[in-house]
Amino acid sequence: MSPVAAKVSGLLESKYLGWIALAAALLAPLLTASPYSLNVMTTAAIFVMLAAGLNIVVGYCGLLDLGYIAFMAVGAYTSGIVSRAFDLPLFFTIPAVLVMTILAGLIIGAPTLRLRSDYLAIVTLGFGEITRITANNLAVTGGPSGIYGIPKLLTFGDFSVHSPAVFYYVTILIVAFFVLASARLGKSRLGRAWRFVREDEDAAEAMGIHTYKVKLMAYIFGAVWGGFAGVLFASHLTAISPKTFIFLQSALVLMAVVLGGMGNMRGVVVGALVISLLPEMLRDLSEYRYLAFGLLLVVAMVFRPKGLWPARPHEDERKKNKEPQETAVDAAVSRGESR
Amino acid sequence: MTQIIWDGLFVGSFYALIALGYSMVYGIIKLLNFAHGDIYMLGAFIGFVMLTSMGGLPGALSIGALLVVLLVSMAATGGAGVLIERFAYRPLRKAPRLAVLITAVGVSFTLQYGVSAIMGPNPRSYPVRLEGDVFDILGARISLPQVLLMAIAAILMISLNTYIQKTSTGRAMRSISLDMKGSLLMGINVNSVITRTFFIGSALAGAAGVMSGAYYGKIDFMMGFLIGLKAFTAAVIGGIGNIQGAMLGGLVLGLLEAFGASVFGGEWRDVFSFVVLILFLTLRPTGILGERVTERV
Repeated sequence: MSPVAAKVSGLLESKYLGWIALAAALLAPLLTASPYSLNVMTTAAIFVMLAAGLNIVVGYCGLLDLGYIAFMAVGAYTSGIVSRAFDLPLFFTIPAVLVMTILAGLIIGAPTLRLRSDYLAIVTLGFGEITRITANNLAVTGGPSGIYGIPKLLTFGDFSVHSPAVFYYVTILIVAFFVLASARLGKSRLGRAWRFVREDEDAAEAMGIHTYKVKLMAYIFGAVWGGFAGVLFASHLTAISPKTFIFLQSALVLMAVVLGGMGNMRGVVVGALVISLLPEMLRDLSEYRYLAFGLLLVVAMVFRPKGLWPARPHEDERKKNKEPQETAVDAAVSRGESR
Repeated sequence: MTQIIWDGLFVGSFYALIALGYSMVYGIIKLLNFAHGDIYMLGAFIGFVMLTSMGGLPGALSIGALLVVLLVSMAATGGAGVLIERFAYRPLRKAPRLAVLITAVGVSFTLQYGVSAIMGPNPRSYPVRLEGDVFDILGARISLPQVLLMAIAAILMISLNTYIQKTSTGRAMRSISLDMKGSLLMGINVNSVITRTFFIGSALAGAAGVMSGAYYGKIDFMMGFLIGLKAFTAAVIGGIGNIQGAMLGGLVLGLLEAFGASVFGGEWRDVFSFVVLILFLTLRPTGILGERVTERV
């Protein structure tokens, strides 16, 4: 490895990288603080939070969730409805959001997590649609026009947290906290169990990990992250409608996680920033944007099935001694030959 | 009442046609082909382009022309399915399941937004609209095009079933779904059989696409998304991997949906079918005709 490359990779693996990124995010408004750029940056920060939550489910635990935006919808709608009904600032709806997102995670996770992971993928896809259609049909969620005039996040007398710059800082701090929390969670005992389940579910079960419970925990954590991102989202836009929570959004969050590097929090943050900021820069190419994302997803999986910047395995040394033994037939199948 | 049953069966036969492709592919290589619904969409658009380029057709010719268009679209979507398998799924045949699923999502995305970039994001209306006499049977209003389309669907399904049960390729498909390595050792050309499976499944979805375009008259690039989900539900209801199960599941789902919509109201139709899906996965994940499959390590 050349010295420059070594330095770059050293910087990327540095434990201060997260703090550097946080500092950059906090200093960014000093460079540009037009309402437009603050809006874009706040949206990007919320997107980072969504990706951090989905990373727990997809990256750590290896469960494909294709309706992740539904949890954001549950969070946003719960906080919007509760705060308008009781005339509370959004901050005080957090307990209700917590309860509702955990419930949503249980409802969808409990029946499906016992099954093969591909069933989970398609059921979450259906769940995303159910949530959107239900919000569209019910009166309490405002039907197709949604909820508007959502109260502010927090108000102290005259001081409101809703001037764009202040809200940006609040968002950054909350998102940073959740990103840090999910990175720490990945290193915890539970996080190790998640990775074990992802790599080999049967072996994990045999080693005494209650795989169902562990998967459900991943699912619930992901749901809570999504729900809180929904609260921030509702507070940012002050209006929500079912059209916001379409499958495209779930797919974009998934792309951020996959392209960034499944399981690697740093990669996921970078992926989320790229996916959310790139369209702002490439407005002219908007028609081909999603086409390019789709192709990129296929190409990335064919050539780098662990994502562009995957989590670095810590068990390198031990793996070397235990190369998987390929039989001749295996080799033929993988080479695509038949005889 | 008979009206509801008839409508359910009609919609159900579309679900069944698409569910077949899902089920065949899943049965053989255990892959959930998310792009399958989008193949249906692709079929509708290929048919649209061909019919538009033919210009205005006299009404009498439209059924014959439609049949020709149907066959050509089936060949085209079948080819698309083969290409997708070759370039997106085959390199990943031994990759972790998550990677394959994500690839399938990527393929689906590519098809959706590729069509949207070429044909524009707005709905298009089909140049040929099937119209015919409506007659009354036991209180149900049945139109001639409905009968025609159901007959086509039935012919396709019966010939598929014969193909799988009677021909040597069909036997090879069944054998691969039981044990891929064993089939390889027995001298079956696994890759060519998988290619054929993708061709047939995609061609059936393409046929359904043209038929629904001609019947409902309106197509757009997202039309495959919801029906793909429904077809998966149908495949699960019948027992995924089981060919007769997929046909049965499609009809059952169509009926359930028709009754659900008449009880809870049309706007809850889709929610109702997903609830059915979740109930089935909870209570009987192997479906009506599926056998209990043990996962081999």
